[in-house]
This record gives sequence, C-alpha cells and structure tokens, in this order.
Amino acid sequence: MKRKLLKRFIVVLLAALVLGGNYVAKAADNELIGAGASFPYALYSKMFDAYQKEKGIKVNYSSIGSGGGIRQLMAKTVDFGGSDAYLTDEQMKQMEPVLHIPICMGAVVLAYNLSGVNELNLTPELVSDIFLGKIKKWNDPKIQKLNPKTQLPDMNIVTVHRSDGSGTTFIFTDYLSNVSQEWKDKVGCGTAVNWPCGLGSKGNTGVAGLVKQIPSSIGYVELIYALSNKIPFANVQNKSGNFIKPTLASTSASANIKLPDDMRVSITNTDASDGYPISGFTWILVYKEQNYGNRTFEKAKTLVDLLWWMTHQGQKYTEELHYAPLSKEAVKKAENLIKLITYDGKNLIK
Amino acid sequence: MENNKHRICHINPDWKQFSRVKRLFKISDIMPDFFFKKVVFLSGLAVLLLVISILVSLVIDSMPSIKAFGFRFFTVRIWDPVFEEYGALPFITGTIITSFLALLISVPFSLAVSIYLGGDFIREKSFFAGFLKNSVDLLSGIPSVVYGFFGLFLVVPVIRYLQTKFGIAPYGVGIFTASVILSIMIIPFSASLGREIIQMVPAEIKEAGYSLGSTRFEVIRYIVLPYCRSGIIAGILLALGRAIGETMAVTMVIGNSNLMPSNIFAPGNTMASVIANEFTEAVSHLHLSSLVEIGVVLFMVTTIISVTGKIIIKRFTVHT
Repeated sequence: MKRKLLKRFIVVLLAALVLGGNYVAKAADNELIGAGASFPYALYSKMFDAYQKEKGIKVNYSSIGSGGGIRQLMAKTVDFGGSDAYLTDEQMKQMEPVLHIPICMGAVVLAYNLSGVNELNLTPELVSDIFLGKIKKWNDPKIQKLNPKTQLPDMNIVTVHRSDGSGTTFIFTDYLSNVSQEWKDKVGCGTAVNWPCGLGSKGNTGVAGLVKQIPSSIGYVELIYALSNKIPFANVQNKSGNFIKPTLASTSASANIKLPDDMRVSITNTDASDGYPISGFTWILVYKEQNYGNRTFEKAKTLVDLLWWMTHQGQKYTEELHYAPLSKEAVKKAENLIKLITYDGKNLIK
Repeated sequence: MENNKHRICHINPDWKQFSRVKRLFKISDIMPDFFFKKVVFLSGLAVLLLVISILVSLVIDSMPSIKAFGFRFFTVRIWDPVFEEYGALPFITGTIITSFLALLISVPFSLAVSIYLGGDFIREKSFFAGFLKNSVDLLSGIPSVVYGFFGLFLVVPVIRYLQTKFGIAPYGVGIFTASVILSIMIIPFSASLGREIIQMVPAEIKEAGYSLGSTRFEVIRYIVLPYCRSGIIAGILLALGRAIGETMAVTMVIGNSNLMPSNIFAPGNTMASVIANEFTEAVSHLHLSSLVEIGVVLFMVTTIISVTGKIIIKRFTVHT
C-alpha cells in the first residue's frame, strides 16, 4: 500500500515537473533573458532586482562570459547579450544589425604585492615591458627613477594574467597594443592572448588571489576586485602625461572624449587629461530589429524600457557597487542608440 | 508467486475478485519479464550510443582545426588566439608530465596502504582497518575544487618555501604542485583495487611460503606481489586515467601558462585545464574547434588507458 502511494506520488511529481517545465519554457512577456559578461554581473543583478520591485518585470541574466553572450545572441536564445568587448567587423557581418548599448564603465588596475610599497607609478612603456618579460626586476633603474621615494626590492617580477578568456584581458591588451608597437606585433589584443611570460589564473578572483599570495607579483584585475581584496594598485601615466590613480571618477572621466555614434569604441589610452587610461565600457547587445523568432511587440517594448531605465535611473546603483557610471556624453549616445531599436521597422521609443 | 496468491486470498476470499486477480497475474507474469528485458537492453544501447555520439560530435566540431593544422597540431608549441595559430604540444606535455609525476609520487603510498590493509597485517574487521579503508575511499569522494583550495592554501606556500630554499623562481604554483595534488587525488583508485586483489591471494600459497621459512617481507615480495602484479598495474592505470582527466584542481595550482614548460617547477597547463579555461570565451571558430580537438585527444588517451586497464584486469581474473 505504501509502495503504491509512493508510486502515485512519483507519477504526480513527474507530471508536475513536465507541465511546470512547459510553463517556464513559455517565458511570458514580462520576463527577459540575458547572458554574457561576468564583469558587470554584480551590477546587473542589483539593477534587475530593483527593476523587478519597481516595475514587476523579471530579468534573468546568467554570467557565462562575453564570448558565450555573443554566441547566445547569435543563436537568438536570449533577449540580450552582455559583452565587455565590442563585436568585430567580421562578427557584425555574420549577424543581423546589432546595437551596442553602453551600461557602465570599468577600470582595469595593476595590482601588486610588494611589502612596504603603498604607492607605485608606472608609465605605459614600463607596463608593456613588464608584461613582455623585458623588465625582470623590481629595482630596475627605469622603475626606480619613476618612484624615487620608494625603496624597491631586488626581486624578480612575477606577472599574473587571466587564464580564461575575458573582457578584462581584452581591455588590458587593447591598451597595451595602443601604447606599444612591440606588444601589438608580438602579442596583439583579444579576450585571450599568447602571454609571453608569467602565471595564469581563472577569473578576477583568481588573479587577485594569486597576486595576494605571491610576493613581488603584479597582475591586472578589475578595480572592484583590487578594492575588495585590499590589494594596492599602481598609478598609470596617461596620454597627457599625468599619473592617474584609478578611481570611479577618473574612470568615468576617461569617456569625456568624442565618442562615435555606434559606441563601438575603445577608450583605452584616452585623450582626456584626467582620465585613467586602462578603462572601457561594458555593453548590452541587442538586435536593432526586434521582430524575430516569434517575439511579441510587448516583449520588444519591455526590453527597450529596461535599457532606457538601466542607462538612466539604474545608473544610481553603479557607484555603491564600485562600477563607474556612464559619462554624460555616453548617456546621450546610449539614448540615441535605444531610439534606433525598431519592431517591424517602427521605432519603439521616440 | 505462491506467497502472493496466499496473501491476496487472505485479504479477499471472494472468488470473483480472485479470478480477476489471477488473470492479471498471468499477464503480469510475462509483462515484467518482457519490459524488463527491453528496458535493460535499451539502457545499455543508450549508453553505447551516447559514447559514440560524443566522439562523433567532437570530431565533427574539430574538423576546421584538423583541416587547418593537420598533424602540425601536435608538434607546434604556440597557442595564440590572436594570430590564430594553435598547437597542443605544451598541453600534451603538461598532461603527460603531471599525470606520470603524480603516479610516481602516489604509487609507493597506495602500494603500502594496499599491502597493509590486504596483507594480514591487521585484523580485517578491526576498527582501525575499517577507519583507514574508509578514509582512503573518502579521498575519492572529495570534490576536486576542494583539493584545489587545499593545494592553493596549503601546498603552494610549502612549495614556495622550498623553492626559495633551493633558489628556484618562487612561484609556488606550477607543474610540480599540480602533480602533488593529483597524487593525493588518485591514491584511492589504485589503493582500493590493490587491497582487494591482495586480499584475494589464496592463503595456501602464502602458508606454503611461510612453511619454507620465508619471512613476512619475503612472502610479500616474492609471493604476494608477483601474484597480484597485473591487478596492481590495472589499479595504477585507472589512477592514471583519473589523473589525465582531472581539471579543476589542476587549473587552480598549475599556473596556467600556455608556454612549453622548461622544468617541473615551471608553470604549465594541461589539456583538460586549457579547455576549461578558454572554452567559455572562445569566440573565433578556429579557437573553438582547436579546443574541441584537444578534447578529442583527451577522449582517445583516456579510452586507451581504461581499455588497457580492463584488459589487464580480465587477464588476471581468468588466471584465478
């Protein structure tokens, strides 16, 4: 008798699962699905949580990495993709027109582990030479000359980089390619590159962890991770010759330049005199024409409203989570881009 | 069957009911057998199809890279996603060095444990024997990410300390560290099998050895171990298969450098680890298919090793 009950219970359970699964699969119009970059994940979850409380719209975002986000958008399995790197011309050709909506900005900082050294200045040449393995010791005359007040140790430099492909790596290598011809020819720029030296570790947390553990190491991480792990990071000289301490303000300031209309732009090595030179946007990628794959008008409208909210009201959540908000110039460009989104050729927002 | 009939009669002596139950039983006599056979057969077939389709889909997905690089894939030392030049040699080397080094470290321990537990040194049912046996088996149940943390926070600082003492670049992480972690992870695989096989040595031949005046060491050295040789080797091969495929723990401590390792303390990378690292963000077609091709190589290597292990075990079983 007991066994029979159990059997019945299992049957009911299975039926519920199957039916329930069906129900979830038909995501309603007040639900959006996104996937992509892991860097803005903390901000996005905060924003989407607030948005659900405010508007009752549920947004699911899985942080599977920029590459994965782009692939899923290509396969049209998500409503939007998140990416720290803009699409290459080749990728743009493969897809229907895609818009890059900037959401926030991030800085990549050079975190180091040198006991007793709290302030370190680096020039672009030094950064690329260190990561090329050309400068091997911390007390190299070139570094010492820049930091006359600091006693630098006679120790080998251990560089730490990301072992997984990442938007952070893209911003960093894009910067190095911009400032060093040798880097551009030898290594180049991408989400994963052939590192000439050093150790690799998975994720921002992995790099931060390794830098914290290995004496005399230096690695690049997103600003938030250096702050939360309490690792000191270097000031970097920008194009105008100023040594800039990476902060949210100096990151936002790096976007105070003339930006292109499509926002597919790298702002590393910025012209802005008070801007930190290793910073970049993180984008949400959406199709310009929203009527594809049985999507309803309501869904498209929901998406557009969400994007508008994220680039305006949502910006207030950036700083408390150590993300840099969009500059005024960038918000204006984002507005123009969101207005371009159409359904059946008709604009969704005026 | 008899039992069942009786039970039902007891509960409901009504004849009408009984005949219905009886008819049902006739069908149910055949049906379970029929269905059971089908279900078992289909499950077996499904597993077979699954393995084949995994291999086929891997090969199909790696076609672009096979076409682009051919055999060069195994000889080129460069892994460059920017200039789209892919060679798996550093990873193949890394995998071979880490797994064989791990084997080298772990075999003395696993052999000692299996001899101790299987070779009459301790009462089989005693508390300590059970405790030791279960702890060894428990090692295989610990998630590999936990081993990774253990390595990162305990083994790495120790290795770094040793490296500074010996004047080697003090990374702490690297191929040697990965091998140490791997060696701990694979001990249960060879130790469990070794213990079982040593226990299977017939008491007669051991007693024969003692009666001829052999010491305990001599009995183990000249009777037990030769008798168990193939079984112990099979256990070691299973452990090797595990070492080759291990991903998470290795990634955390190997240093993830895609360059050719220059010595065993240098950072390196393994096939499994590079796939885990780069797969999520591999955007370019060739990058992705090169990673899949590494997967194919890994699949082949593990298959060969486990098949070899099975053949050796089979041989052993036939002997007894």
